[in-house]
Amino acid sequence: MARVIVDVMPKPEILDPQGKAVTGALRRLGFDGLTVRQGKRFEVQVEGDLTDERLEQVREAAEKLLANTVIEAFDVRVEQ
Amino acid sequence: MSRIGVVTFPGSLDDHDAQRAVRLAGHEPVALWHAHESLQGVDAVILPGGFSYGDYLRCGAIARFSPIMTEVINGANDGLPVLGICNGFQVLCESHLLPGALIRNDVRTFVCRDQALRVESVDTVWTGAFEAGQQITIVLKNGEGGFVADADTLARLEGENQVVFRYLGDNPNGSLNDIAGITNARGNVVGLMPHPEHNTEELTSPSLDGRPFFASLERHIGALVS
Repeated sequence: MARVIVDVMPKPEILDPQGKAVTGALRRLGFDGLTVRQGKRFEVQVEGDLTDERLEQVREAAEKLLANTVIEAFDVRVEQ
Repeated sequence: MSRIGVVTFPGSLDDHDAQRAVRLAGHEPVALWHAHESLQGVDAVILPGGFSYGDYLRCGAIARFSPIMTEVINGANDGLPVLGICNGFQVLCESHLLPGALIRNDVRTFVCRDQALRVESVDTVWTGAFEAGQQITIVLKNGEGGFVADADTLARLEGENQVVFRYLGDNPNGSLNDIAGITNARGNVVGLMPHPEHNTEELTSPSLDGRPFFASLERHIGALVS
């Protein structure tokens, strides 16, 4: 079964409070110079052959539900 | 007497308070279930506060695809009055009935307080009983209430008088332009983060500033009938 990865990240211009909190915690732990933005990773198991059509369906699913394109950008890739 | 539907999603919290506010305003509350496909002929719909579907994925993202929302979206596009409170506002943004989105508060904490607001627009179905510029106090309680939209959308909202409420004093959550609530171009759909249904009785609220929301609706529906 093929696995497709959908990465969803807040757009650069959108404030990322979670990423800021993680960045602050890292600094307190002594990890200097590391700035974090936090997103989501979805692992999608696709039944049957992973045709171009099926991959396009995953893209549609990402655009319709997995990401809110008002505030987030997404990337779809096939895991080898 | 108007029939006002209040949708209950799994995880809705304030549906009963909303029903009560509707009743206090002299309307008949109609409980609507998220999995049903009929609005039962109601005159208006309220999407209440809470954590629909546990806020999984994004606030309001899964509720937006519940069966009743198809009816709400069709109705709203035909002019049905719809009020989204807190989580309901998030559902309206996810449904694209209202532009923009709500993100986690910039202060990174849940904020719960009596919040001063300015009524910026009385040209909506839900705010006609206020006076323009009126200052009111409404309970605010949320973790993800920061309103964001791209620059063009924000300019359009400001230019077209679609900003309905603005926070006064300290901005509680980082909302752009201190926006607490907005409306669509037609003025029948309003979403806001504060909770007017909690400000309708002297026993439990420091102000009764929530009452005009429901009185506004009465005016609107009265005007349709006459």
